Amino acid sequence: MAGAGKNYLNHEKGIMSWLTSRDHKRIGLLYFYSIAFFFLLGGILAMLIRTELFRSGLYFSPDLYNRFMTYHGVIMVFFVIVPGIPAILGNIIMPLHLGARDVAFPTVNLMSWYCYVGGALLAFLSIFMGGADTGWTFYTPYSINFSGANITAALAAFVAGFSSVLTGVNFVATVHKLRAPGMTMNRITLFTWSLYATAILQVLATPVIAITVLLLAMENIFGIGIFDPELGGDPVLFQHFFWFYSHPAVYIMILPAMGVISELITTFSRKTIFGYTAIAYSSLAIAGVSFLVWGHHMFTSSQSEVAAIIFSVLTMLVGVPTAIKLFNWLATLYKGSIQMQSPMLYALGFIFIFTIGGVTGIFLSTIATDIHFHDTYFVVAHFHYVMVGGTLMAIMGGAFYWFPKITGRMFSEPLARMSWVFIFIGFNVTFFPQFVLGAMGMPRRYADYLPAFESLNQISTLGSYTIGFGFIIALVAIIHGALHGNKAPDNPWGSKTLEWTIPSPPPHENFETIPTVTAGPYEYR
Amino acid sequence: MSTDSHHHAHHFNDAEHEYVTSKEGVWIFLTSEILMFGALFVGYLIYANMYPEIFIEGSKSTDWRLGALNTVVLLFSSLTMALGIYYCQMNDKKKAVLNLGITILCGAIFMIVKYFEYSHKIHLGKLPGMWFTGDTHGVENLPLYFSFYFMMTGLHGIHVLAGMGLVAWVMIRASRGEFGPHYYTPVEGVGLFWHLIDLIWIFLFPLLYLV
Amino acid sequence: MLWIPSAHAQSFMPPAATDIAENVDSLYGFLLITSLISFVILMGGLAYFVNKYRRRTANDKTAYITHDHTLEFIWSFIPFVIFMICFAWGAKVYLDMRHMPEDAMEVHVIGKKWDWEFIYKNGRKITSDVDDAGKKIPANMVVPINKPVRLIMTSTKVNPEDKRDRAVLHSFFVPAFRVKQDIVPGRYTQMSFTPTKKGKFYIFCTEYCGTGHSSMLGTIEVVDELAFNNWVIGDDSGGPKELSLAEKGKEIFKTRACIGCHSLDGSKMTGPTWKGLYGSNREFNEGPALVADDNYLRESILNSNAKVVKGYAPNQMPSYQGQLEDEEVTAVIEFIKTLK
Ligand code: HEA
Ligand code: HEA
Ligand code: HEC
Ligand code: CUA
Ligand SMILES: [Cu+2]
Repeated sequence: MAGAGKNYLNHEKGIMSWLTSRDHKRIGLLYFYSIAFFFLLGGILAMLIRTELFRSGLYFSPDLYNRFMTYHGVIMVFFVIVPGIPAILGNIIMPLHLGARDVAFPTVNLMSWYCYVGGALLAFLSIFMGGADTGWTFYTPYSINFSGANITAALAAFVAGFSSVLTGVNFVATVHKLRAPGMTMNRITLFTWSLYATAILQVLATPVIAITVLLLAMENIFGIGIFDPELGGDPVLFQHFFWFYSHPAVYIMILPAMGVISELITTFSRKTIFGYTAIAYSSLAIAGVSFLVWGHHMFTSSQSEVAAIIFSVLTMLVGVPTAIKLFNWLATLYKGSIQMQSPMLYALGFIFIFTIGGVTGIFLSTIATDIHFHDTYFVVAHFHYVMVGGTLMAIMGGAFYWFPKITGRMFSEPLARMSWVFIFIGFNVTFFPQFVLGAMGMPRRYADYLPAFESLNQISTLGSYTIGFGFIIALVAIIHGALHGNKAPDNPWGSKTLEWTIPSPPPHENFETIPTVTAGPYEYR
Repeated sequence: MSTDSHHHAHHFNDAEHEYVTSKEGVWIFLTSEILMFGALFVGYLIYANMYPEIFIEGSKSTDWRLGALNTVVLLFSSLTMALGIYYCQMNDKKKAVLNLGITILCGAIFMIVKYFEYSHKIHLGKLPGMWFTGDTHGVENLPLYFSFYFMMTGLHGIHVLAGMGLVAWVMIRASRGEFGPHYYTPVEGVGLFWHLIDLIWIFLFPLLYLV
Repeated sequence: MLWIPSAHAQSFMPPAATDIAENVDSLYGFLLITSLISFVILMGGLAYFVNKYRRRTANDKTAYITHDHTLEFIWSFIPFVIFMICFAWGAKVYLDMRHMPEDAMEVHVIGKKWDWEFIYKNGRKITSDVDDAGKKIPANMVVPINKPVRLIMTSTKVNPEDKRDRAVLHSFFVPAFRVKQDIVPGRYTQMSFTPTKKGKFYIFCTEYCGTGHSSMLGTIEVVDELAFNNWVIGDDSGGPKELSLAEKGKEIFKTRACIGCHSLDGSKMTGPTWKGLYGSNREFNEGPALVADDNYLRESILNSNAKVVKGYAPNQMPSYQGQLEDEEVTAVIEFIKTLK
């Protein structure tokens, strides 16, 4: 047992004790460092993209721009936002929420981090091999050009995929088998529910992208022709395979974020969640339906009209469980005791931005309008509203919320609020004009554009620098808090979930004795 | 480490708890594997529907007798694998090691037969896609058949090799007497994996050899 | 529904130059208004609650409300109904958009890295040009007003001999028409529109195709019928007159041995006759019957064994894959179309 003053951060020392640690909290932190690194890299690429687009005409060559755009997409999706919440916050917090001492398979957990690192190294290698310029979607036949960079980039996604599968396997087993006594499925937190639904998606969808990018790599090495029209293959089949994973992947990105928001809303309005069952099961509903809608990315791809119509109606169905969650959060605020701490600001910012992102998703799933919007900046704006404004806002909110538990120190509230102001305003200034640009017809993945699109692009670029500034402040808040923050109490926010019943930071074993649970997670009476 | 001794890891209540959890983990992982092969099967079905003639022509160049031999070998190895688990449970070290050894041997026979099949095809230039130099018998796009053939059997073969490695690992541990009625989780897990490999082959055989 | 026109006046969409575009804009207006209302309800509620229920003391008592089935039903059912309206309306407009009128004027579109090429029935071929200052003038497709146009599109390599290069995806997008269709190598895709406004509109390539993706521009010029007729016969260069596509097809028919096995008068030879072939119902030795359209003919020429016509033996017709270039295949198909 850990002695006095011993916690998971200091019970073993030295770099090797981290690199070989099977403690879920330490692995979560390993993930945090690596994902934060990639986020900064992806963000710097975004700044380069926006700088190029500041005026009509070229600063860089189109080839360079295309590589910025590709690596921005690949890094942000495969190395930041997909692993983001499950691997950092999920790893650290979910076992605590269940009243468990660790995840089911600690060794597998560590292996998954090494897979992530392996994928990351391959991604770097591909940059040095000249860089892939296919866009994050790797569409064939463009991606079949027998270049080493394309092969390594595809393999990077393949290896990173394993990390995602292993996390998924681990989390499903953990939720099934490691709940504390009395912790029925109706008493686990909504954060855990969302991770559970996500884990199912990870297990079922990721293998398909794995085999798809493997086929793509084989296509590049051996010219097997399955996706190559010159050899009788079908290039559109690649799109079907790709989106069969990548559509569920967008819910892999958003579901955990919704889980985080449920925690933040209840804690900071000190009120029980409205419609626990509806929120919990709507996660499963979203996960289930999301496997049947991939064709909405392909309305113009030459798939049949009948297929387009079926995919459109199924996509609409996904909107319903999402709407349920939004209204339930709203109802949770009703008659609450609302405290506007920085995590709550991020949660409310999430609701604001995600709603815009979600309703514009309906514009895209309506076939006739998508024909116009497809592959224009309207789509770019849509997915940044849901991914950056949605998932990233939730990561920030969750990071500040659990910061005291993870580090044992408090961050500076004024700094955190300031970061929110810049990120929130900068975000809307950056991406709202892009809806307009898309409606005007500006296509995406354009290194250069017509002068008619210039003024809105300039606003957008200025906005993106504001976001960058906001993230610098957030980074300062986090580093300053971790090094010099005041000592955090066990339960600074007055929350009811289990992680706040143990010391901050938690001991290596998490719980001195495993708690016995007698009620739901949000018993604010 | 949990697996090195009969003591369960600190986050489990008891050995039984650890056993059921691990077994479930293996099952979930296998689901993932099935979906990975599933995607290839779907691709196969789409192309078989699009170009039925290339699959009819292509399967003529496989020897169903070798395929059938391999099927029997793998089925037999599944039996010995199951016996291996049984004797581990029964604490019968000798028989357990013997059966696991036969399982590995069967895997090796499978791979040797595959080696002869592959080298025969390579010799005739029957290679995937753009490397194809053989005779198309007037069937346009015939090389696509060999793309599927090599991708599917190749991925399966890699799984057989990985499976042999895993069986060897549990065999060594069995020979050290690490398993018994109370602790045999790794053998059980490896066994599930081996059965899956067998199962996938049972689908591959008719699709590639018997169309 | 008076508000629909007022909504799309502010919709930021480019001016609508087809009737379909007007329909798309009405739908877009509906979407804008309904989402604005939902957004205001959500955000209004949020702002109101956040103000009204702000924490006052350190241990405020809060209400313990776990759920309310009626409310939850309402806010799942109403969005559901709205979504279904969006879907049905969108699907209807989409089907109109995808309807290919019989009497449409056909233009062949070829996408290359990174330029457009338009070929009219009479063989007139439009490519990009440069002005005296050396500035690029994008390829300009001229079409008559108020007449349906059907585009038959495919993608080819710049140099067919280059083994490492691949023909890639492109996408044909005219914002003013609200239409877009990907162009896929190895097959024909089609789209149709009926311009109702004169003027010059941009064509963008909206499927990522590499270095020149953002400079793969084109224009489409809508003129009145008379001007169009003059334009389409007029060959400004004054050089020898180009063969029409069908005429080129006939040349291929004669010179590439098709004539040895196919008749034009309905009689049966080694292969089926071409008379009345286009648009007719084909039955095969195996597999379901289908209508002979552009894609079917293309496949029959390049890979005739894929579907063997009922009553004929397989492996008779040689494969013309790699023998005929895309443009030649197109010409043969145009020739077949003339054999009514
Ligand atoms: C976090 C990720 C995320 C999430 C959650 C979503 C959510 C949704 N997305 Fe999005 N999407 C992406 C990430 C995401 N998307 C990405 C990355 C791409 C582009 C990929 C690429 O091409 O590079 C994309 C592209 C994309 C397309 C393809 C566009 C194109 O390329 O042409 C479509 C089309 O249907 C679509 C639809 C939707 C829908 C219907 C939802 C729904 O789930 C949204 C549901 C939510 C709501 C509807 C809001 C709440 C409801 C109400 C408030 C009720 C009232 C509402 C109304 C009356 C409207 N998305
Ligand atoms: C989760 C995923 C994610 C995230 C977080 C972001 C974040 C951002 N993205 Fe990106 N984006 C994608 C996913 C994401 N994006 C994807 C998938 C594509 C499609 C790619 C494709 O087409 O293939 C895309 C494409 C894309 C485009 C379109 C490119 C094109 O089509 O040509 C643009 C253009 O504006 C853009 C901008 C931005 C900006 C300004 C941010 C900002 O929010 C970033 C803010 C973050 C930082 C700035 C980093 C932190 C701060 C510092 C490191 C300090 C230093 C700061 C300064 C230098 C000021 N993104
Ligand atoms: C040696 C004989 C032969 C030659 C030469 C030949 N064809 Fe054919 N063609 C056939 C036969 C036999 C069939 C019917 C069997 C089948 O569908 O494969 C056929 C079918 C077709 C069809 C499908 C017709 C239908 O009824 O559906 C098209 C189109 C076609 N050929 C085009 C061509 C063109 C174009 C050329 C020359 C460039 C050509 N053929 C040269 C023998 C020939
Ligand atoms: Cu052509 Cu993009
Ligand atoms: Cu999607």
